[in-house]
Amino acid sequence: MAQSLAKEFTKGLWAEIPPFRLVLGLCPTLAVTKSVENGIGMGLATTFVLVFSNLLISLLRSVIPAKVRIACYIVIIATFVTIVELVMQAFTYPLFLKLGIFIPLIVVNCIVLGRAEAFASKNNPVMAVADGLGIGIGFTLSLASLGAVREILGAGTITIWGGNPVLDISTWYQPFAYMVEAPGAFAALGLMLAGMNLIGKK
Amino acid sequence: MEYFELAIGSIFINNILLAQFLGMCPFVGTSKKMETAVGMGMAVVFVMVMAGMITWSVDTFLLKALNVEYLRTLSFILVIASLVQFVEMFLKKSIPGLYAGLGIFLPLITTNCAVMGACLLNISNEYVFTKALMSSFSYAVGFGLALILFAGVRERVNLGRVPKPLQDTSIGLITAGIIALTFTSFRGMV
Repeated sequence: MAQSLAKEFTKGLWAEIPPFRLVLGLCPTLAVTKSVENGIGMGLATTFVLVFSNLLISLLRSVIPAKVRIACYIVIIATFVTIVELVMQAFTYPLFLKLGIFIPLIVVNCIVLGRAEAFASKNNPVMAVADGLGIGIGFTLSLASLGAVREILGAGTITIWGGNPVLDISTWYQPFAYMVEAPGAFAALGLMLAGMNLIGKK
Repeated sequence: MEYFELAIGSIFINNILLAQFLGMCPFVGTSKKMETAVGMGMAVVFVMVMAGMITWSVDTFLLKALNVEYLRTLSFILVIASLVQFVEMFLKKSIPGLYAGLGIFLPLITTNCAVMGACLLNISNEYVFTKALMSSFSYAVGFGLALILFAGVRERVNLGRVPKPLQDTSIGLITAGIIALTFTSFRGMV
């Protein structure tokens, strides 16, 4: 039991890490990763929704009729997204403004619905939470690393939560604004995906 | 003139796929073949325009009137989900070939963030009804255009010998990056 619990948790961190192994949820991945900070914020918001929607769907899995299950999942997910939206608006307003419509759009993030359908609806609540937490943290790590690549190449610095940059290479490096623009997002993700394919087996 | 500018802006400059990154899953998933790309593009045009009109009305006459704007996310997704269900039933009955081609991606229009995103953008830009309609339509046309262009390029790319790690999605994203780069040259047109 404990072993399989750990397995469900860690598979989200490497074997099925979204969006590299599980090519889902590309919209927020490309759109918000202009900086590390945005990536982490988006990742954590998605993690919250994943964990709680997985938990609730797993608890209700014997009650929800199979025919209308997708609609039920969406209502449950939308509820948690609304909670995240209101909480972020109250406590992290600058980040809320930066992420903009991508917060309400967590509701249509395929990762969340995908886990609900593929995992939470078939497993017990403890496993479902482990799965949601693993996938969520994996997603956060991916967004943060993609954000780091784009921010360092595009701006020459990395800044987290205001203050001074934690990393600054702009003294000897000419920032390449292409990376923080839209086309750079595609190229960076494409190359990172190729890198993941190269180091890991399928 | 204002409407013309809005249309050009939404199709080319703020292209929903290449500049706003909405609807990436069907963009990557249904662009391997031209035929599915055209089908998906058409389905999105239809759903997006309908959804734009309905969600605008719901927002103005229900949510704002009753002061319950926090239910926006929840109500929009329900409207879109039922609309997609309707389109699915319609296609299944009248165009089964296309229905088979679109496969899994038709129900996934529900989770196509482009549809929901366009509706939310209409609201956050505080458009009047006709403007919202125009912008939904232009976003959808932009979506179709980018999807079909991408499918055309991708069909050719896949004929070439692509290094193994770069195959499929990876080279697809890099191709999309180059297409997005060409779209940035429309900036300054409006």
